[in-house]
Amino acid sequence: MSLRIVVTVKYVPDATGDRHFADDLTVDRDDVDGLLSELDEYAVEQALQIAEDADDAEVTVLTVGPEDAKDALRKALSMGADKAIHVEDDDLHGTDAIGTSLVLAKAIEKAGYDLVISGMASTDGTMGVVPALLAERLGVPQVTLLSEVSVEDGTVKGRRDGDAASEQLEASLPAVVSVTDQSGEARYPSFKGIMAAKKKPVESWDLSDLEIEAEEVGLEGAYTTVEAAAERPARTAGTIVKDEGEGGKQLAEFLASQKFI
Amino acid sequence: MAEVLVYVDHVDGAVRKPTLELLTLARRIGEPVAVALGSGAENTAATLAEHGAVKVLTHDASEYAEYLVVPKVDALQAAYEQVSPAAVLVPSSAEGKEIAARLALRIGSGIITDAVDLEAGDEGPVATQSVFAASFTTKSRVSKGTPVITVKPNSAAVEAAPAAGTVEALSVTFSEKATGTKVTGRTPRESTGRPELTEAAIVVSGGRGVGGAENFALIETLADSLGAAVGASRAAVDAGWYPHTNQVGQTGKSVSPQLYIATGISGAIQHRAGMQTSKTIVAINKDAEAPIFDLVDYGIVGDLFEVVPQLTEQIRARKG
Repeated sequence: MSLRIVVTVKYVPDATGDRHFADDLTVDRDDVDGLLSELDEYAVEQALQIAEDADDAEVTVLTVGPEDAKDALRKALSMGADKAIHVEDDDLHGTDAIGTSLVLAKAIEKAGYDLVISGMASTDGTMGVVPALLAERLGVPQVTLLSEVSVEDGTVKGRRDGDAASEQLEASLPAVVSVTDQSGEARYPSFKGIMAAKKKPVESWDLSDLEIEAEEVGLEGAYTTVEAAAERPARTAGTIVKDEGEGGKQLAEFLASQKFI
Repeated sequence: MAEVLVYVDHVDGAVRKPTLELLTLARRIGEPVAVALGSGAENTAATLAEHGAVKVLTHDASEYAEYLVVPKVDALQAAYEQVSPAAVLVPSSAEGKEIAARLALRIGSGIITDAVDLEAGDEGPVATQSVFAASFTTKSRVSKGTPVITVKPNSAAVEAAPAAGTVEALSVTFSEKATGTKVTGRTPRESTGRPELTEAAIVVSGGRGVGGAENFALIETLADSLGAAVGASRAAVDAGWYPHTNQVGQTGKSVSPQLYIATGISGAIQHRAGMQTSKTIVAINKDAEAPIFDLVDYGIVGDLFEVVPQLTEQIRARKG
């Protein structure tokens, strides 16, 4: 039987760009280029490796986002994913993590899955909660923050490196997995992959396809409200000293003046 | 006064510092009721009481060690149903955020993660967050359900505030989901004797300029002279010079110590994302043009192999 893998990916504003907020205090996506969240590339990579090791597997990449989010799907397809699903709807603007997990869960159920793989967090919101929310919504095990992952005979195994301990985990499929940036370098799309990606199917679904009401998502449906966003004041210029042989001493003086020593 | 649930992060009964900070923040919005789970949970009571817990709900069962995350969610939900709190606060560890998220979903509430401050507001607690690589500060609140908020380490000073700390056994029935993910093995991390990176008051980090794994001894020696944790940039970690658990940055840990000393680190955006909220920033780098110098309170343009040993020696001399 075929192993159906769904990889959730996010299209995020480039962190090296000048990110800021729009008037409604949502992330302004117009003024900065977007790209596939770097941490999701690791999820795509692990999905492809698991698929390569399986007799018969299919990798579907799924994203929720505006028109441009197709770029993130295209990147994942050019890496080697088989097909893509793009959930796009004007009513999604301003959706928070709880709402995003609802949309993703409904789309994953509609697509059909044995394994969901996500990155450990997005590089914009950096909450790191969506994989756990997906597991809760789908009612399947969460096997998260893995630095190593493998699937065999309907069981997913992995290693989770925490602060206090490194844990070996195991769960039966279906399951939700998230992987860290230690899970293995993501492959670069080959020219062949990029050409092939253009012919791969990208399905577009909107909220009605997922039987979600507009008020369940978007700014209106959000469970959290951003009341204010302020640019952090530029730091006042610090003291910069060229080392002429006394740099360590001068620094020690500074640390002492600040009561650190 | 409204009760506020505080999830306790502890190791065999030893309460970790971020939980004590949470108790301080919880007192701003109500009376802290602590929830301590797993082996040694009852032993946390004295420390929690000393820091303001009016009540400590404890529960131990083998499920907490044998299965991932969900047993703890079941228990926190049981505590939530028993207490009907005004808010639920959880430390912003990787596991803490997962527990908080699943609880929020179950109780129909919103979740805010990685708060760096918390105040009482007219419509419930208002959380301050630092976003976009700390270039923006936002104030947010949960607008539906009981606020579930995770708070980053070093967000408040720990204050003693003795309270009753009455210990009560929490009654927990595990859900079917609780046993879904087995923990089949556990290797405790070897203790370096240094403070945990995200909790440390001082962090000394090394980057590409350190030049090799063996040279990190220099960084460690400086850290030890200050009682600091050791961090590393992604470049140093990717080169295999220092463990990933010590990586500071967007794909590593985010730290917010009183003092951050960056040595041989240029200050790429990915690194800045993880340390920009540090109170005082110091950098040592050969390259006067390195972007890290835009952030510093004090910077030395110089060779770290000259400056760091001299600094360490000076610190030791001053500390006698």
